[in-house]
Amino acid sequence: MKRLKLYWNLLRKPSVHYSIGFLTLSGFIAGIIFWGGFNTALEVTNTEQFCIGCHEMQSNPYEELKNTVHYTNRSGVRAECSDCHVPHGWTHKVARKMEASKEVWGWVFGSINTPEKFEAKRRELAEREWARLKANDSLECRNCHEFDSMDFTMQDPRAAQAHSTALANSEQTCIDCHKGIAHKLPDMSGVHR
Amino acid sequence: MRLLILLLTSSLALAAFAQSGELSPSAPDGLRKGATLGQDLPAPPIAGDSRDVKREVRNYPEQPPVIPHVIRDYQVDKNFNRCLDCHSRESAVQAGAPMVSVTHFMDRHFQVRAEVTPGRYFCTQCHVPQTDAEPLVESDFKAVDEVIRDSAKGGRE
Repeated sequence: MKRLKLYWNLLRKPSVHYSIGFLTLSGFIAGIIFWGGFNTALEVTNTEQFCIGCHEMQSNPYEELKNTVHYTNRSGVRAECSDCHVPHGWTHKVARKMEASKEVWGWVFGSINTPEKFEAKRRELAEREWARLKANDSLECRNCHEFDSMDFTMQDPRAAQAHSTALANSEQTCIDCHKGIAHKLPDMSGVHR
Repeated sequence: MRLLILLLTSSLALAAFAQSGELSPSAPDGLRKGATLGQDLPAPPIAGDSRDVKREVRNYPEQPPVIPHVIRDYQVDKNFNRCLDCHSRESAVQAGAPMVSVTHFMDRHFQVRAEVTPGRYFCTQCHVPQTDAEPLVESDFKAVDEVIRDSAKGGRE
């Protein structure tokens, strides 16, 4: 208690030994290091390696992703976990990262650590992602798939019809039709597609 | 020690013998053309999906129609049937896809149900997509019209 008081008093007093220039500069440098470190650490949690570091992600969703066109295709463009599940913009990214603390809870208590548990929770997990993508107008899809760059003449007639009407006038967004593009779908009874 | 040397030399000799081709007669020219039984040929290239959507005429009335489009990654399991996303009774018209035929709604007692019955649920058991692959072996299959035409011709003669 006595020591705490000492430190508090030290913090409150103006500096006697160090110049204001030194203090400002060292504060600036420390800021760069901490801010950069924070962002670097945040980026590390965005890598595929980090996501599949836990076996529940490795053996369930990742295995399913591997069969899809978002994982392997003729032009070699790959969407990683974070490309679809974490927004690219900083504010939204940090918000999503805070939400993700729930996933740490799930990991600690093993809420989906067997295929059976994952299957049982599949609908709930899927619904959460559908709701998230619906709410942000399929932001993560649009990071790569731009509406303005779509050539309707190259699409098959049915796709062109849907994209030029419902998508064009913002009645619907990508996730309304394109569910289950990277993972298997849950029991779809009662879901309108 | 002596036994070990004996084993080693005999296995080496055997390996050399197998390599010499005496144990590798040529295979019947069936599906793996040009190779002997012991030889591994490089796998042939995977046949490409045809990208132009074109429905094909059935060769006989009961033939399950072939799938004229790519079905890569289609999920057909207990949870969901991607084919029925377009071909189901409710969606077919809007999707512009042919509806699954009424036989698919019949259970084993020929009672027509509201949904596709489990016995007909797994589409690719009967319906297959087409690729641009050459047939592996020659086939003298004739469509039913050809058979009728030929037999009619034969009758007249």
